[in-house]
Amino acid sequence: MALITVSSPHTTRKGNHTGAFMRQVLYATLPGIAVLTWLFGYGTLINLSFAVIVALLTEALVLKIRGRDIRFYLSDYSAVITAVLLAIAIPPTSPWWLTLVGVTFAIVIAKQLYGGLGMNPFNPAMVGYVLLLISFPAEMTRWVAPNEAHSFSTSLQLFFGHIGDVDALTGATPLDTWRTWAGNAEQLASHPILHGNVAGMGWEWVNLAFLLGGLYLIARGIITWHIPAGVLAGVLAMALPFWLIDDIRYGDPLFHLFSGATMLGAFFIATDPVSAATSRNGRLIFGFLIGVLVWVIRTFGGYPDAMAFAVLLLNLSAPTIDYYTQPRTYGHKAAKRGARK
Amino acid sequence: MNSPLTIKSPLAKSAKSAKNSRPIFDFHGGIHPPENKVQSNSTPIQTLALPPLLILPLNMHIGAPAKPIVNIGDRVLKGQKLADANGVVSVPVHAPTSGTITAIGPRAVQHPSGLDAPCIVLQPDGEDRWTERHPIHNWRECSPSTLITRIREAGVAGMGGAGFPSAVKVNLKQGTQIQQLVLNAVECEPYITADDLLMRERADDIVRGIHILQHLIKPHETLIGIEDNKPLAIAAMRAAIENAEKNNGGSIEVVVVPTKYPSGGEKQLIQLLTGKEVPSSGIPAQVGVVCQNIGTALAMYRAIAFGEPLISRITTITGDAVKQPGNVEVLIGTPVSHLLNHAGVSDDKLGRLIMGGPMMGFTLHALDIPVVKTSNCVIAASKEELPEPATEQPCIRCGSCAEVCPADLLPQQLYWYSKTSDLERAQQYNLMDCIECGACAYVCPSNIPLVQYYRFAKGEVRHQVAEQNKADKARERFEARQARIDKELAEKEARRQARLEASRQKALGQVDAKADASNNIDIKAIKAASLAASSAYKAAVKALKTAQAEEADASEVAALSAQVDQLKAAADQAKAAVRDAASAPTSSSGGASDTAAATQSDIHMKALKSAALEASSAYKTAVKAMKTAEENGDGNVAELRAHADTLKSTADAAKAAVRDANTGTAMPAPTSTIDPVETLKKAVLDASSAYKAAVKSVKEAELSDADNLAELRSEADVLKRKADQLKVDLRDAKAAAPNVVKESTTTEAATATQEHAPNTADPIAERAAKMKALKTAYNSANKIWKEANAALERGIREGAENIDERRAKVDLLKARAEGTRAELNELVDQAKAGIRASGSDLKSLKLEAARAESALGSKIKELEEAKKSADEERINVLYQERDMLKREAELAANALKSAVDEQGLSDV
Repeated sequence: MALITVSSPHTTRKGNHTGAFMRQVLYATLPGIAVLTWLFGYGTLINLSFAVIVALLTEALVLKIRGRDIRFYLSDYSAVITAVLLAIAIPPTSPWWLTLVGVTFAIVIAKQLYGGLGMNPFNPAMVGYVLLLISFPAEMTRWVAPNEAHSFSTSLQLFFGHIGDVDALTGATPLDTWRTWAGNAEQLASHPILHGNVAGMGWEWVNLAFLLGGLYLIARGIITWHIPAGVLAGVLAMALPFWLIDDIRYGDPLFHLFSGATMLGAFFIATDPVSAATSRNGRLIFGFLIGVLVWVIRTFGGYPDAMAFAVLLLNLSAPTIDYYTQPRTYGHKAAKRGARK
Repeated sequence: MNSPLTIKSPLAKSAKSAKNSRPIFDFHGGIHPPENKVQSNSTPIQTLALPPLLILPLNMHIGAPAKPIVNIGDRVLKGQKLADANGVVSVPVHAPTSGTITAIGPRAVQHPSGLDAPCIVLQPDGEDRWTERHPIHNWRECSPSTLITRIREAGVAGMGGAGFPSAVKVNLKQGTQIQQLVLNAVECEPYITADDLLMRERADDIVRGIHILQHLIKPHETLIGIEDNKPLAIAAMRAAIENAEKNNGGSIEVVVVPTKYPSGGEKQLIQLLTGKEVPSSGIPAQVGVVCQNIGTALAMYRAIAFGEPLISRITTITGDAVKQPGNVEVLIGTPVSHLLNHAGVSDDKLGRLIMGGPMMGFTLHALDIPVVKTSNCVIAASKEELPEPATEQPCIRCGSCAEVCPADLLPQQLYWYSKTSDLERAQQYNLMDCIECGACAYVCPSNIPLVQYYRFAKGEVRHQVAEQNKADKARERFEARQARIDKELAEKEARRQARLEASRQKALGQVDAKADASNNIDIKAIKAASLAASSAYKAAVKALKTAQAEEADASEVAALSAQVDQLKAAADQAKAAVRDAASAPTSSSGGASDTAAATQSDIHMKALKSAALEASSAYKTAVKAMKTAEENGDGNVAELRAHADTLKSTADAAKAAVRDANTGTAMPAPTSTIDPVETLKKAVLDASSAYKAAVKSVKEAELSDADNLAELRSEADVLKRKADQLKVDLRDAKAAAPNVVKESTTTEAATATQEHAPNTADPIAERAAKMKALKTAYNSANKIWKEANAALERGIREGAENIDERRAKVDLLKARAEGTRAELNELVDQAKAGIRASGSDLKSLKLEAARAESALGSKIKELEEAKKSADEERINVLYQERDMLKREAELAANALKSAVDEQGLSDV
């Protein structure tokens, strides 16, 4: 009789594995993807499908080179998540090569070269995004005007780069518009895109959809509330006082919370556990600082949106934040702060 | 048999509706794994048939393994002690039934690494005959220490799982005040129902056990923590308490806690019930809490009220692989296979065998592993029930583990540092506060066996600490040794410095110029030596204290303290030397010219003092010896007395010298009251009269031709020599202190006395005196011989009868004279060498040379006169004498010259 001899505990939570966690995250992105498709056409879905295929292929290739079990590691869905988040972040008008470059860089350089899942210090999707944003700024800012969703064929043509005059098919985003006309009350008032039901037209729905997905993740216990709450609090903490001081120059808090990638970033990107801070207080600080940076870069920086930069900068600080935010352990008078040497 | 659900539902309501009167303090984290308790909690406790063999591990508890006190082949009775506790944190092992000891040796036991451990194997004889039991009925009148001893002797160890010796836990430090006695009946681990059933069936006995515990530790309140998933147990306990409290003043309260794993952890339960946290690496008593499992309370009651040691326990046997899961009262040492057979195990279904709960239990690798005091459960799980663990995936730092950790650790960080063996960081993240509950691993989505990593890292840390302790001990030993060596070296150095100092001081006495400089150097050296000595002493004291603190064996401590005393003496000596040295230059710091003189006189004083002390102590010893001899009636009393007298005179002389020197240095004009010259004069008179008497007797003997003529003559010679010596001494004394003799008090005389006095204590001066005596003796001997020779020749000429006899006598005399002469020569040579070596004072050398010159001169005169009278023989003798004197004068002159040359001094 071969008795199993293993260390305790001998029982684990049923259906509790990384792959399941990641699948839940994918499910939570569905409302957002649906809204994006409804607003901007099929470009998002086409790019998303292509990105997932590229991600799985490059991940498999690197795993083969590294001599790892391809099926086992692909089943954790982490590559798929990277691909989906990147595809959501880039404009729906993007040609295939843009996605290819972004996803390949994210998977190969930002993730696998550091040792694969769990070892990457930076959020791979955001590394890919920033690479594209810096290298191809024109392509990366061509968003479609809301309610002018492209047909499937237009989206396909854009994807394969068969349309020369792309600009005719694109429009400025609310964040872009505000950036251009900040301080000019007349202009701000004359742009309907800035005057949706909640915030910027169209994008308010995108953000609400991602907020919905994020709340689902919290409810399922996939993520904790700390990082999203921190991010939103950070944005609010900066936007509210400045808006109260000067509402012509500075966007209102709701505008900031429901424009651009705020909700996507708060619930899906900043919460990537691998590259985020890990203690409760650490996560709050981590999130809050992201929120602050997002508002600062949006208001004073050279880019209309800032989630990618903010997340990457805080990824850089996560180990330090963790180091100083150890919880007070049972039986200890105080939490440890830094190493006593 | 009732279905578990029908039992549970109505009572569960009542239990939950029966609200606690006190608040529950939640703890961080915790999990809710499937309970799996219904399989085993629906049947009453069953008893098991005697197993064919009982295997009793010597270490069923935390602490040192017990020591066997039986041998193979011994027949033992039920309850008989088989192994004794080995140390404080240890408990004995008893025979669960009567039978024969068949083996004592390693057997497979419940061990995380599947290792064997020493066991006593007992083959039951089936009679189950008890040994004599000693119940304590009036335990309320017994002192706690009596009851604690009984609990210890009964082998009671924590039955909740850890197995900590219960007697140690209830044996509180003097002055410890316990607020809460917490009884742990939480049983939070899935599957286990042993305590549940125990409470349902034996609540009254448990309450009696709690009363004993209350008697032992006198808590302000007693709380029984039970999870709300055990409604029947809660009801039973409440009923038993109500029943017992009627005639008992104590207050026991059942506190229902919500079902959450690990509420049954000691620290977690204490937090739940009291809100207190046990300090890290501390014990509950530090926060005024004692926590005991209810099974342990029952075992204590059995031990005291029935005198029964801990030989059985309630164990849950459950899992999908057994047909009749339930609880059994099982003898300690029963092999698990016996238990499994009782419950109807199906071998083909059995996939994993666990002793303990599914969260913290150990997997068993064999079926003959025995049930021990801590075995609350055996799970025979099928492969479907507890499948092989899934492959470990990378940690994504999701933080689920941190969310459930009851100790509020960061398990994801601990995992990282444990995996990379970064033990320092792991400890920084409070690795050692991990209670290994397994909640983190339970929720880990990556299937990482986190607890295994922590166990490994904790083991490594403990190993490191042990190594560190070992290294520290070794270092302490090395340092002690080093201190000892240093101390020896310092002592050696101090001695060397002292010697150096002495010789330097000597040199200082002669070398004026460098006195101050060398003195300073000396003081420095002495100070350094003193410091070294005192530091060595301090180090030794420290080592001694450490040894005492560490309770090193007595001989070592004694040796150390002796060493310390030695060192202290050495240090004190060195200090004294420093003080002396420091005072010396102060006295000589006055002026350049008289520095040397002052130092020199100091040195002289020191030498004199020590000589005086030595002499007087020698005298005292001699007197003592003499007295002893007198008492014993020994024959050599006279001899001893003479010896003592000599010594006394030496001592007196030395003392006088010291006094003289003192007065000499203290005052410019000494008033010497004791006149050595007078004494000497008297001595000379005495001696010469003795000599004359002796000569007389010799002459008489000669006339009568007595046999003892030679003897008498030699005696006379000795006397004469003595007398001569005294005469010489007298003359010297007179020459040295002519003013004293004249009772004049001039400064010159004082100086002379001062100069002369130390010389008497000088061996060289002694030698000089002896030399003079020898010279005189030789002269007289020579004279006698010549006279005898002349008489002999006369006799020959006159044709006397006994010519041959006389000739022999003359030869004898001649030989004696020559012997004296040889002795004298030897002394002269010695003196010469001595002069050269020591550089004796020039004055005496000068005197000697002058005296030799004058003696030579007078001898030459005598020779000239003798030449005129033309006595050939006489002339020859005179010639010889003159030559001798000449040689002597030359020697003296040479000695003086060489002394002057050697010391590099101008003529004094």
